[in-house]
Amino acid sequence: MSTYALELSNVTKSFGKTAIIRGVNLAVSKGERVAVIGPNGAGKSTLFNLISGRFEPTSGSIKLHGTEIIGQRPYEISRRGLARSFQITNIFSRLSVFENLRCAALYASGQKYSFWKPLSKLTELNDRTEALMASIELKRRRDVPASLLTYSEQRALEVGITIAGGGDVILLDEPTAGMSHSETDRFVHLIRTVTVGKTLLTVEHDMGVVFGLADRIAVLVYGEVIAFDTPDKVRADPKVQEAYLGAVLESEGAH
Amino acid sequence: MTSPNSSTPSALRPLHFKPLNGVRIVVWTTYALILLALPLVAQSSFALTLLCMTGIAAVACLSYNMLLGQAGMLSFGHAVYTGLGTFVAIQTMNKILGGWPLPMWLVPLVGGFAGLGFGALLGYVTTRKAGTPFSMITLGVGELVFASALMFPEFFGGEAGINSNRTGGTGWLHDLGLTFGPQIQVYYLIAIYLFICTAAMYAFTMTPLGRIANAVRDNAERAEFVGYDTRWVRYLIVMVSSFFAGVAGGLTALNVEAATADLLHGVRSGGYLLFTFLGGVGFFFGPIIGAVLLVFSLVVLSEITKAWQLYVGVIFLIMVVYAPGGFSALLMLNLRRIKYGEWRKMRWPYAGMMFFGLIALWGIAAIVEMAYQIQVAAGSGSEVTIAGIALDSSSHTSWAVAIAVMVAGGAAFEYWRRKFAKVWSDGEERIAEAAKKAEAAIV
Repeated sequence: MSTYALELSNVTKSFGKTAIIRGVNLAVSKGERVAVIGPNGAGKSTLFNLISGRFEPTSGSIKLHGTEIIGQRPYEISRRGLARSFQITNIFSRLSVFENLRCAALYASGQKYSFWKPLSKLTELNDRTEALMASIELKRRRDVPASLLTYSEQRALEVGITIAGGGDVILLDEPTAGMSHSETDRFVHLIRTVTVGKTLLTVEHDMGVVFGLADRIAVLVYGEVIAFDTPDKVRADPKVQEAYLGAVLESEGAH
Repeated sequence: MTSPNSSTPSALRPLHFKPLNGVRIVVWTTYALILLALPLVAQSSFALTLLCMTGIAAVACLSYNMLLGQAGMLSFGHAVYTGLGTFVAIQTMNKILGGWPLPMWLVPLVGGFAGLGFGALLGYVTTRKAGTPFSMITLGVGELVFASALMFPEFFGGEAGINSNRTGGTGWLHDLGLTFGPQIQVYYLIAIYLFICTAAMYAFTMTPLGRIANAVRDNAERAEFVGYDTRWVRYLIVMVSSFFAGVAGGLTALNVEAATADLLHGVRSGGYLLFTFLGGVGFFFGPIIGAVLLVFSLVVLSEITKAWQLYVGVIFLIMVVYAPGGFSALLMLNLRRIKYGEWRKMRWPYAGMMFFGLIALWGIAAIVEMAYQIQVAAGSGSEVTIAGIALDSSSHTSWAVAIAVMVAGGAAFEYWRRKFAKVWSDGEERIAEAAKKAEAAIV
């Protein structure tokens, strides 16, 4: 297979005169788990926004399964199999947990905009939603409006909505942000199990999570990828040491 | 674990056994019976007129709530679709009188398709934006359509409007005596359309598109990221809503046999918004309560007092601030109390609030009516009667009594309101605890 699941070439993004992303090249193979790390303000979230169509890049090319997706709307990119989560929880606040997940799976299930069939008759979709709800451990909160969930439950729902549609390229933007250590451990395990066989990109600050989860690590500094390799090689890379990782590894007590 | 369809043992699969939903059958049967029996209770021709207007308003308000409650779209131009439905329906009725082989009872459906057509045409423009820009555009489109109505007198009949006659037409029902001459026949036609439209709109809330409208209401951005073109969702919802609005317009055509340009006016659109909100946008049946209030205010209250708009305005303000869920939410909150066995504790606070609230209301009404008599209707004397008690707007005693009653009633009301608030919040805690226990029982 020569086509990558996701391929970015020379992607740049400027807001006014400020260049946030300055020529990113990144090729992610199918089924690979990639962690994007970098200091605050390096452009990690912006990069995700460019890939998922929230913003349009200033120049460059982004290919999803070999198809150029620049200029497409977020819903078009989503229909091509790219799903993303948000750093700041972005859920359907007044809908119940179950409805949140079902809505997220609805388009991909082939229902699209249909209004000639009651939701209750969509047995296969409903089963799948129940199973997903169980796998993100929100079964007992099934009928609770999403706005009333605890923070970590909302984070789990955020990931649930992201994977519900069955997208095969998943972008997770700081999925464990704001969680305690024990919650993080459980959550990383959860992410691992629900993304088996999928291509995963995740922005993450917790180095324990990064080294535990990723096949390869992309280091983003000032809008450029300065290293993209296996965790061990990235850890040993003097450029990375200098720019970023050394300081973080020392302060985190080096896993 | 990730592919539940292939690997989950059958014993662990979610169950799909659902007994026929008894509550639902009871509710819909009761609804149908009420619609059937209402004319027996209200036998005067005035009452029948009120019932007809209420039925039509219920269809219109329910269709408005598809936008506001279901999809979060605050439209200031809903009367465009009801009104254009009426005009097309009146024109169709005149064609039927001219020999078109269409039975009269299908006219509301013609109105519906007119609504759908105009929804497709105008909605294409209004739904380009969401949120506040959407509201602004609907306001502009509403003004535009109203102005056009006066510009095309051939179709809209200019200032005088157009008339028709519902008793014409052909068809076997007509031959059997269903001529729509008697108002009672029109009532039952409205009732049938209302029942079918209510059922159809309720069913719509349970479909994929209906649910995605909720998702777009809650978080349009996220809906885009799970594959939905939110503009297309808004456009479809406007079309469906306009269809039912057009049916309401067609029923109006049969009911009053005339159409004037004010049917399209923004004031009417504002009325749908105001009363749908008062009824409550959070529950499906809320707009039906809103429709009852709409007809009551427009017809009954305006007979009782010239200052009726002032009272409606004040009630609207109070509801927006203290009960944004409208009357349907108040009803459901109290039903929840009953379910958890909490209602008994609130009987006395409720009675106290009601009693002193009415006394305070008398004082307020007396002040408003006397002020109105002096400022607006001075020519017709100074006597005012409030709930059977005669007052004189030129007498100091009357004013003193009114103010004293308002203050005393208001103070007593406030005393009971505080008691009520205490009982209410205590109950809320107990209910939250019970709900938590129920949740913990789910494994």
